[in-house]
Amino acid sequence: MTIVQTATGPAKTMVLNMGPQHPSTHGVLRVLLELDGETVVKADVDIGYLHTGIEKTAEALTYSQTITITDRMDYLAPLSNNLAYCLAVEKLLGLEVPKRAQYIRVLLTELTRIGSHLVWLGTHAIDLGAMSVFLYCFREREKLLSIFEMVSGQRMMTSYFRIGGLALEPPAGWMDRVEDVVRTFPSRFDEYEDLLTKNRIWQARTRGVGLLSASDAIALGVSGPSLRGSGVDYDVRKYFPYSSYDEFDFQVPVRTEGDCYARYLCRIAEMRESLKIVRQAMGKITPDGAIKADAPGIVAPQREKMKIEMEALIYHFKIYTEGFAPPPGEVYQRIESPRGELGCFIASDGSPKPYRMRMRTPSFVNLQALRKMVEGRLIADVIASIGTLDIVLGEIDR
Amino acid sequence: MTETPDLEKHPTVARIRAWHPEAISELISFRGELTLVVPREHLRPLAEFLAGEPDLAFTFLSDVTGVDRFPVEPRFELNYHLLSISRRDALRLRVRLSGESPVIESVVPVWPTANWHEREIFDLFGMHFDGHPDLRRMLMPDDWEGFPLRKDYPVEGPR
Repeated sequence: MTIVQTATGPAKTMVLNMGPQHPSTHGVLRVLLELDGETVVKADVDIGYLHTGIEKTAEALTYSQTITITDRMDYLAPLSNNLAYCLAVEKLLGLEVPKRAQYIRVLLTELTRIGSHLVWLGTHAIDLGAMSVFLYCFREREKLLSIFEMVSGQRMMTSYFRIGGLALEPPAGWMDRVEDVVRTFPSRFDEYEDLLTKNRIWQARTRGVGLLSASDAIALGVSGPSLRGSGVDYDVRKYFPYSSYDEFDFQVPVRTEGDCYARYLCRIAEMRESLKIVRQAMGKITPDGAIKADAPGIVAPQREKMKIEMEALIYHFKIYTEGFAPPPGEVYQRIESPRGELGCFIASDGSPKPYRMRMRTPSFVNLQALRKMVEGRLIADVIASIGTLDIVLGEIDR
Repeated sequence: MTETPDLEKHPTVARIRAWHPEAISELISFRGELTLVVPREHLRPLAEFLAGEPDLAFTFLSDVTGVDRFPVEPRFELNYHLLSISRRDALRLRVRLSGESPVIESVVPVWPTANWHEREIFDLFGMHFDGHPDLRRMLMPDDWEGFPLRKDYPVEGPR
């Protein structure tokens, strides 16, 4: 190590580079840690390693094509991204989605929330040394991924929602798999809690660590469980209900301690609440019914009709070649993704391609809180703090 | 769209008009969302007003979004999406900046979360935020030339 001489003697601090390749940064995140021994004096966050120009690309694609690139942002909750985007375009068009499609959307989005929290829990725990939890969480996640594969053909990058509803009718038998999840997961969550919640080592690594006050959190624009762990109950599903969430009965867990442990408890409780919502959605989804809105110029006709009716054929052709053109104007649609407020801003100029599509991603904003959480604390707490924010670099960098 | 008598009765609009009527140059209502178009020099004081007044309490800045309307002038547009958690109310402020001099006062002192939003807009659009504590590139490499989200920047990148 080089001893740097300053005007007042040898420099007291050392800059340690963490990332962009590092198992605990949950992606390609680089943090420049200025350390005084083991204490973090300053933490400078450097992002952009996963920037792929998704927002620019959207300007070159039609509204339907853009759905496929939204998956890739928050890649642990692809259906959330699909939902935010589709709802924004539907708002722009003033298009009503049939209730049945809304309920299926809610069911799948809540399963996505559970899947995302499982990855969060597994990786956060393994970062702090609790290695068994990781495999258990991923075992459960496999069941969810098999449901996504069954309905959309894809385990992860589902692109299952369409402007006006869903891409396909879910196949027969899918409800049995959902039923299996709802039946077996509660005891699995109990298993995770048995391993962690009262575990002295877990508590030592998470209580009082990564403290974020409610006022700091609001000032920094933090949302989701990271905000609710600090005592603010903002959840978009309750504040600005979308896609029929106002018809569901569920709680939003809030804690006041503002540390990693509080956020951990919030997310575990959220997983349980999501199962409640899934159970209710199962009861609301009728065996038959529409999965797409009836909007001829925008929503493609059924394939069978397209093969025998001239009008349907022409609509199909126009939609897939030219696309559809919403009215000019701007909308901002918020949803509650597993990480917080996911907002989709679309500016339309009346052409079939989005003039500007912006995704306000929660990880991007929440990551600003990292400095508040780690400066003045020990370097080991940096790992806990990054984990507790539940960031996904895909949605930070886009 | 231009102002209609109904929008002037909106409580937030009425409050702002009572405070500084010239702070709003245009009112837009579209799909249930209210947008206030604000002249550049009024943005920062209006931001302080909306965040500071207890009966408005727009203390949460969800997002700042830039739009490039090239070749229309004023070329650049900034949209500030505000949220009042205590009142469960949302609002959008819009500012238009000319292509010649896309500079505006930073709102970081009002909403610290704007720090990274403004940096990203500087990085991808080239708009400047006066008073920003740390205005430098963030997603593009530090030595990148050009502003990728501008409409005159090719989607396939520089060739």
